[in-house]
Amino acid sequence: MADFDQELDASGLNCPLPILRAKKALGGMTAGQVLHIIATDPGAVKDFEAFAKQTGNELMESKEEGGKFLFMMKKN
Amino acid sequence: MTKDAILSGALLNIKVNVMSEKKLAIIATKGTLDWGYPPFILASTAAALDYTVEIFFTFYGLQLLKKDMKVQVSPLGNPGMPMPLAMDKWFPVIGTAIPGMQSIMTMMMKNKMKSKGVASLEELREMCVESEVRIIACQMTVDLFEMDASSFIEGVEFGGAALFFEFAGEADVTLFI
Repeated sequence: MADFDQELDASGLNCPLPILRAKKALGGMTAGQVLHIIATDPGAVKDFEAFAKQTGNELMESKEEGGKFLFMMKKN
Repeated sequence: MTKDAILSGALLNIKVNVMSEKKLAIIATKGTLDWGYPPFILASTAAALDYTVEIFFTFYGLQLLKKDMKVQVSPLGNPGMPMPLAMDKWFPVIGTAIPGMQSIMTMMMKNKMKSKGVASLEELREMCVESEVRIIACQMTVDLFEMDASSFIEGVEFGGAALFFEFAGEADVTLFI
């Protein structure tokens, strides 16, 4: 598992909370830092792809593990 | 030659930057629990995606601006609302007529949302305010229904349709809810 600077556990939260919480977390980070996000909402996969595309934050990794969806997002 | 290339490159850069700033305008006209979600979800998500967002609350949408949102949900006028045991065939009119039934249904829906990790309306509204979504209340409706503006949350602007169009005219996405 790659390094990350902050972790956001959005397990059990449904749309749009994972995105909103991630936005808030990224707001408190500096450019280049990586946010590790854990979610159980299957819709979050496409949501984070769109979020990365729209905001310019890089979605470095997106995978499913142990029934949860894990994302690594780098702040631009 | 080089000067032209630099100038057009700069102009293109400016154009791209301006183009990437998207605007969302929403008119919120309904004041029930289920109709309260679309404006707040769309506004907060768009704001998270770096849109500039403005919501114009009018008519029953003003209920969503009250500090104490007492909005309810009803199967009445909501064809297609899923109900257990084929109750949707007879319940909407007869069942809703029973006093207190609407409050019970509202409580059931709120509990269901909580158990499924769906945000409450208050939380979504708070996120909108935090993301600097511009909130405008229709002055005319406030006067019409003789509403008390002090019962609204902080940061609400008051205006009319022309104020809405000032923003909506430039918006990429305009929604009527």
